[in-house]
Amino acid sequence: MREIHPQDLEDIAVGAAILGTGGGGDPYIGKLLARGAIEANAPVKMISLEELPDDAKVVTCGAMGAPTILIEKIPSGEEMLMALRHYEDVTGETVTALMPFEAGGLNSCLPIVLAAQTGLPLIDADGMGRAFPQLEMETFNVYGVKAAPVALADERGNLAMVEADDAAKAEFLARGLCIRMGGQVCLVNYPMDGATAKRVSVPATMSLAQDIGRVLREAKREKKALLPTLIDFLSTTHYGYAKLLGSGKISDIERKVENGWSVGVVTIVPFDDSEPYKIRIQNENLLLEQSGEILAVVPDLICVLDIDTVEAIPTERLRYGQRVDILGIRVPEIMRTPEALAVFGPGAFGIDADYVALGGA
Amino acid sequence: MRVGIDVGGTNTDAVILDGDTVVAACKSPTTLDVSSGISAALSVVMGDSGVQPDAIDAVMIGTTHFTNAVVERRRLLEVAAIRIGLPATRGVPPMTDWPADLADTLGRHTFMLHGGHEFDGREIAPLDEAGLLEVAKEIRARGIRSAAITSVFSPVTAVMELRAAEILREECPGVALSLSHEIGRVGFLERENAAIMNACLAELSVKVVSSFRAALGEKGITAPFFISQNDGTLMTPEHVERYPVLTFASGPTNSMRGAARLAGLGDAMVVDIGGTTSDVGMLMQGFPRESAVAVDIGGVRTNFRMPDVLAIGLGGGSLVRDEGARIGPDSVGYEITEKALVFGGDTLTTTDIIVAAGLADIGDASRVASIPKATVETAIATMHRMVDEAVDRMKMSADKLPVILVGGGSVLISRELPSASEVIRPENAGVANAIGAAIAQVGGEVDRIYAMEGRQRDEVLDEAKKEATANAVAAGAVGNSVKIMDIEEVPLAYLPGSATRIRVKAVGDLAFGEA
Repeated sequence: MREIHPQDLEDIAVGAAILGTGGGGDPYIGKLLARGAIEANAPVKMISLEELPDDAKVVTCGAMGAPTILIEKIPSGEEMLMALRHYEDVTGETVTALMPFEAGGLNSCLPIVLAAQTGLPLIDADGMGRAFPQLEMETFNVYGVKAAPVALADERGNLAMVEADDAAKAEFLARGLCIRMGGQVCLVNYPMDGATAKRVSVPATMSLAQDIGRVLREAKREKKALLPTLIDFLSTTHYGYAKLLGSGKISDIERKVENGWSVGVVTIVPFDDSEPYKIRIQNENLLLEQSGEILAVVPDLICVLDIDTVEAIPTERLRYGQRVDILGIRVPEIMRTPEALAVFGPGAFGIDADYVALGGA
Repeated sequence: MRVGIDVGGTNTDAVILDGDTVVAACKSPTTLDVSSGISAALSVVMGDSGVQPDAIDAVMIGTTHFTNAVVERRRLLEVAAIRIGLPATRGVPPMTDWPADLADTLGRHTFMLHGGHEFDGREIAPLDEAGLLEVAKEIRARGIRSAAITSVFSPVTAVMELRAAEILREECPGVALSLSHEIGRVGFLERENAAIMNACLAELSVKVVSSFRAALGEKGITAPFFISQNDGTLMTPEHVERYPVLTFASGPTNSMRGAARLAGLGDAMVVDIGGTTSDVGMLMQGFPRESAVAVDIGGVRTNFRMPDVLAIGLGGGSLVRDEGARIGPDSVGYEITEKALVFGGDTLTTTDIIVAAGLADIGDASRVASIPKATVETAIATMHRMVDEAVDRMKMSADKLPVILVGGGSVLISRELPSASEVIRPENAGVANAIGAAIAQVGGEVDRIYAMEGRQRDEVLDEAKKEATANAVAAGAVGNSVKIMDIEEVPLAYLPGSATRIRVKAVGDLAFGEA
């Protein structure tokens, strides 16, 4: 068990931005909300999957919508609580533990708000192990947990409950409601018991975010080389493998619409003037190629980092001339099975390529 | 003729321009009362050139006075920070992430009311007018003289901020009002922060503007005067009295624009080399490219239209190490006249290197004669590599652009730069700020999220362009001179097809004799 105090949030935000792999939204507002909620209530108890009782009643939670709206219409902070209460009212269940559905980006911080408000334990795990654009892209869905019932709330207390057989349909319906609710909602979904949660979740992702932030903060203080320190650390975690895939200067950013996806292609020229790297972006960084050869592909993480600060650069802030390192992080085994790849592997994004895990594992 | 004045923390610079020609220029110390420093500078340039007061068509002033007031926490008012947006926004109250000392100085008078809008212009909640009357009562009871009003999505629709202002004007006559939609853009906390900072300057701005007016009156200048704002365009004195915060970044903007005019270029990179750092920025059509990330001012997060400037640790006082392979980022700074070798000190600086190379005649050259040739050559190569890399980093594409060098340290760069099509070293570069102020134009902007459902893209863009043009004309531009400078369209991620953020900027020539 760990306790999350206000001073831990900065580390979590730094790590969650890296796990966001270019997307997931800036954790800044989430961090302020979490700080406020912890200060008004109490530190959050974060428990590992092993510490979770098998009969626990678990739901996952977070926000859906456009980060651009969230930076203008700041949440009331009560949205998640209202979604949780609505879920409990309609189902008659009493939830005993909370889990983030997405540990990458902004959604790492919002479950901390709900845990602080309710006093419920926060499970150190999630269903994405990174950021993904859609809510069916969850290991919960992969391993047979229904997304529904999905409870949605906006800041005015408008509530909705979505019932659907499959997760993709639930996502589709919820996103339609989200637009009508102002483009940004909080939701509670994927109800399951503790025993199931242990089987279907990506473990220890919240503590991973926090540890990434801590390792970088300490390396900065001790004036150690930041990226090698981070890579060494990652290889000791359950993700197990991380590698500097390339370095260079951004030389071009192209944006287009393809099969209904807003697609970007970023070109990065290596400092030795060898063949350029190309990163394909659909909300997050999905594919890294050089000379037509695939160096990394979703679901493995492709993180574009500032070469000096090792800060994650979100896709909307990529610009010509930036000096960047491209860090690849292999996802844990639970995200690499054929069932998982069918849901969030290359094909799920319309990318015509086979998944080959980083490090050849 | 135009007069340009730059009131900095240390120096007040003045120039007289006849068209593009610099008729006279001078530097003189900034004074505590501001106006006597301006008077003194005007006396010099008018005396030197023989230009009579009635030959002056307009006076443009750039100032860092308001930025310094916030940074130094001096002469600031207590502020009623009124937010309209509940039930949204409650999770992060006003001034949450501010430095404690600044929040204390402003009195922490925060109020949150129901109201605000969605991105598509629908109401989140009706404006809580009864609540506003209670706030008005508090403002009177606490003797607060300035208020900031910020409503959710006011850049989409400002009706609630305007209605709240109307009520407060009636209930609290004489209280200065800062409305966020006239100051900032989408990004609620940053815009609210800017409105609150603006409000705390409400009385200082009136004082400073009147001291500008007094200085000009004393010299018999009756021509209209303007003050330059962050994006390099002009504001009327009346506008500055109400929106001083919009001058926060005018310093670097004026310097870059002045450099461009001196070099006679619109599209170029500008490198301003000082004693400790070099600031590198990019000019597009004569205006600095703006930063996309949040900028901290006095420790407060804002999203002002600031020039995107990269500062690197290279200046005339930078330390040279490792036989010239490593330079800066530390500098001897203003102590260069004691610490540099050429001045009898014991620290190897970039200035010593260029004296040793015979590129400049500063101090005592015999004191650097013993520096090995290889060190000198390596250090010069390092300096050029640093500037070249910074220039390349700040460019928008791989195309080569001219590089304009200004600032006291510009002697450090004597060779060509691989990323530059040419390197230009204009005359009068020392008063680039004042020249930048003198040539400022008038601008108008729109930055808003448009709901695209059921609308044509062209129709939405046209609407945005018309509004930006109208804003420029309202700010004092000649209607038929207004051009669209920049259009940016960003579809909202994770909400495909439903909404797009559009930013349009229009700029035109100042209408003389109408202000």
